[in-house]
Amino acid sequence: MSEAVATHAVHEELGLWRTYVFSTDHKMIAKQFLFLGLFMMILGGLMALMLRWQLAWPETQVPGTRWIPGPNMTDGYMNPAFYNTLFTMHATIMIFFVVMPILVGCFGNFLIPLMIGARDMAFPVLNMLSFWVGAVSGIVMLAGFFVPGGHAAGGWTSYAPLTAVTQYTGVNWGQNLWCMGLIILGISSLMGSINYITTIINMRAPGMTFFRLPLVIWSLFIVAVLLLLALPVLTSALAMLLLDRMAGTSFFLPEGGGEPLLWQHLFWFFGHPEVYILILPAMGIASDILSVFSRKPIFGYRAMAFSMIGIAFLSWIVWGHHMFQSGMSPTLGFSFMVTTMVIAVPSAIKTFNWLGTIWGGSIRFTTPMLNALAFVSMFVIGGLSGIFMASTPVDIFIHDTYFIVAHIHYVVFGGSVFGLFAAIYYWFPKMFGRMMNEPLGKIHFFATFIAYNCTFFPMHILGVGGMMRRIYNPLQYEFLKPLQQINIFITVSAVALGLAQIPFVINFFWSLFAGKKAERNPWKANTLEWVAPSPPPHGNFDAIPVVYRGPYEYSSPEVTEDYLPQNRQIVPQRAAAH
Amino acid sequence: MMGWLPENVSTYGKDIDRLFYIIYYITGTTFLLVTGALVIFLILYRQREGRRATYVHGNTTLEVIWTIVPAIILVVLSFMSQASWGHIKGRVPPSDIHVQVTAKQFNWEILYPGPDGKIGTADDLQMENELHVPVGKVVRVTLKAKDVIHSFFLPNLRLKQDAVPGREIQAWFEATKPGRYELPCAELCGFGHSGMLGHLTVHTADNYDKWVKEQWPSS
Repeated sequence: MSEAVATHAVHEELGLWRTYVFSTDHKMIAKQFLFLGLFMMILGGLMALMLRWQLAWPETQVPGTRWIPGPNMTDGYMNPAFYNTLFTMHATIMIFFVVMPILVGCFGNFLIPLMIGARDMAFPVLNMLSFWVGAVSGIVMLAGFFVPGGHAAGGWTSYAPLTAVTQYTGVNWGQNLWCMGLIILGISSLMGSINYITTIINMRAPGMTFFRLPLVIWSLFIVAVLLLLALPVLTSALAMLLLDRMAGTSFFLPEGGGEPLLWQHLFWFFGHPEVYILILPAMGIASDILSVFSRKPIFGYRAMAFSMIGIAFLSWIVWGHHMFQSGMSPTLGFSFMVTTMVIAVPSAIKTFNWLGTIWGGSIRFTTPMLNALAFVSMFVIGGLSGIFMASTPVDIFIHDTYFIVAHIHYVVFGGSVFGLFAAIYYWFPKMFGRMMNEPLGKIHFFATFIAYNCTFFPMHILGVGGMMRRIYNPLQYEFLKPLQQINIFITVSAVALGLAQIPFVINFFWSLFAGKKAERNPWKANTLEWVAPSPPPHGNFDAIPVVYRGPYEYSSPEVTEDYLPQNRQIVPQRAAAH
Repeated sequence: MMGWLPENVSTYGKDIDRLFYIIYYITGTTFLLVTGALVIFLILYRQREGRRATYVHGNTTLEVIWTIVPAIILVVLSFMSQASWGHIKGRVPPSDIHVQVTAKQFNWEILYPGPDGKIGTADDLQMENELHVPVGKVVRVTLKAKDVIHSFFLPNLRLKQDAVPGREIQAWFEATKPGRYELPCAELCGFGHSGMLGHLTVHTADNYDKWVKEQWPSS
């Protein structure tokens, strides 16, 4: 601790450069990840809108895009190769540069030390490096748009051999930079995950046992373990792909004795844990917020923690469900179907426990609570639609259709992004010392919730109708023509979904400078971050708190208030006097 | 979701559709129950003056029930699925017709073995994007790919199978109704992926014989 106190003492002497740019303070690094993620979200969202325009009104001029030079766009008309680039980069950006930086990078960094009662991360310099390596990765990734041949166009799954040989897509340096960007990001994430794991194991405040950790910290701990083990698999696979592209090897090329399915095995061995890396932090966030605003202990705390551990273990043995139709042995398909069905069980446990948490509560409909509730209901849809593709015969039909697109967006947007909004609204006062505006927050929530469902629910119908994903023009197919009205409806809703984010942007920046000053514990919550000042200074706490109980003691009969902070000591005689 | 599935014209398609509907009803019911409970709880337990939330940490019996019930349903679903999966993607049944389909950017090369039934002989005939088969016969398709991965998709026959370079993958179907159906590629295969489209023509027995005579007049 003495070291951390010493850091605290020299804090005043740090210049602007060390405070805002190369900061080692976990809270500043968290904000850097947040701003990186929000900036990238705008880019990823605009790409999605361009894709949607093309799908609703194929081969017409996309409004506002005449400035984009050829060969990507010709006078506002989108070329098929650029369409492929756009969906590739939309997914890459949203997954690796929005959801991961915000949920894991920002909230992992911000919450871990504050909620376990530590003054900073275990390795502050490594933490700073993790962000800046991540930023370099973002620059490398965006640079791909400016090289001859255009950016990667092989899908975010980047299936070889399409991505292994330049002639197949015509993309040369774009694909190389895509690989390099993700390899660099893998290094960033490795540094982050080691830091998270070490901090949670070693730096918990006195009395903070593992089973007194808030569930959001449990989720981030499990995510850090998944990141540590999964990202290196992707990094290795990307290195092999780069070697195939640049050094003449043939790991994935059959003409040289390689195996295209090897890429898919490696990619999905990373890719499925990755899905849980995106959703687990949101599960933890929702658990905390539901408990706070129901003023009730979380229902089945241990079951919640163990089901997340169960999900993490099972996530390693389900990857083959992405490959049922790939030519992989059908016998193997059966094993993967069973494991995939089984992984739905811990998710079901969590859902029922969330319901149990609000049952009998005293529910406050604040903006963070509304977003957390949306997370639960949208995650239910995303989870249930997953059962369709887990069933191998049904998957024969819906694999590679819009049903999958609908499913992934219910999990990653409906799940992770509503979790992300819930977290921003909930922790904004602690992060920036000011409250966000509630009416604007509610406008943002309801507009987003409605537009979101109008955008993504009809995609299930497109998928059931057989519409393939990643096609540039649905009107090229007779059997898809009757579905075109749905495509138009989705695009209009997607534009509304984009516009629905304007109140959020206004609220965020207005509150940043002019929001009402936040007190230490505006939500009357139990966890340790609310013990620190808002915003917490370098070093976080006035004195390291001592923990006496679990994080969810709401409406406890021991006290008259409806909350009982983890660090409040109750002297037995005085409690009896109440 | 009812009625959105394209018309099914294969023998095993009805098994897939039946499973689809079973899962649809199970998940639909679950969704309504969960969302119904959520909405009811939100109304019943909204904040009101003077009422304090129940102080409860869990209920082991309930938690055991809601672990075991979904587990049983899901395992049963796996075994129900397995029968159809084995039938469709397991061993190919004895076939009457054999064709070889080679996918390439951005066409299906369809190779007919001709009257001798063997591929690689002089009477082989190759067509681009046109697959002709008779109704009510088991058709075996040997799938190959020349460049990248493609996916052989017959929406009306509920068949999808990737074609992977370096591999020969066997697939099969039996059509139940004559007609002309679309054969799109379902796996991203490059800038021409969209519009990579073939057609399956299912002939009546008589028409198929006529078609064979037109293609191989000498036999």
